[in-house]
Amino acid sequence: MDNLKEKLKVQVIERLNLKDLKPGDIGDDQPLFVEGIGLDSIDALELIVLLQQEYNIKLSNAEDGPRVFHSIRTMADYITANSGAVKVST
Amino acid sequence: MVYEQPGSSDEFLNAAYAHFEISYPKFHKMDQLCKLGFLATEILLKGTGHSEKYGETETGLVLSNANSSLDVDLKYAKTIQTGASPALFVYTLPNIVIGEISIRWHFKGENAFFVFKQFDGNFIVKYVNGLFENKLIKNCICGWVDILKEDYRALLFLVETTDSENAMTFTAGNLNQLNQQEHG
Repeated sequence: MDNLKEKLKVQVIERLNLKDLKPGDIGDDQPLFVEGIGLDSIDALELIVLLQQEYNIKLSNAEDGPRVFHSIRTMADYITANSGAVKVST
Repeated sequence: MVYEQPGSSDEFLNAAYAHFEISYPKFHKMDQLCKLGFLATEILLKGTGHSEKYGETETGLVLSNANSSLDVDLKYAKTIQTGASPALFVYTLPNIVIGEISIRWHFKGENAFFVFKQFDGNFIVKYVNGLFENKLIKNCICGWVDILKEDYRALLFLVETTDSENAMTFTAGNLNQLNQQEHG
């Protein structure tokens, strides 16, 4: 799980072009939107695409978005719960 | 010459952002056209006290180019095959550069983006003068912001009604002459 969270931080930074941030700057429970690291609605769409492309997980219910993308930890929990085996390269 | 950096357009734009010590994280999310227009406006308005001189609705933005948003259109088209990128899609209109500049400087005035084959000083002067004559604006940023792959160019003017040092008269002849000079 820790590997998955660290991998997610790298992927989020790369995918969203957050060049002023390093993985260590993002706390596991830090909110990703608004008062947290300040992501916006377009970023949310990018995160949905990231889940599809990198983890083959489709967000079936849009209303789940705020809960799933609340933080790195909630994203990791969702990925773990919705994939049979998560392959994490180290 | 305020800054020179060899390398690709992407390297130049990111290096210029760092060189001018601008702190605006959203810059990194922008497409190349927006980055170019954003940086050109930063340099144009730096040290002018522009924000103190004018209210939010008093500044016009009239930009033009030849390649519209083709630079990012091509990049977006490539992503469609593997999963369309929403972050690229939102930049697939040329006037988004006006939006990014407006957000940065809190501009809420008249704006327009035109696509021409080449720089057209006659049109710009006529259009911008119309905005002044109708008392829609008190100053205007206008000119050319164009990029396609490694070919990029920005030529911006700040048009004001008050005289200032080193200012030139806002005529089509002057704009076209400057365009020719800057084009080498």
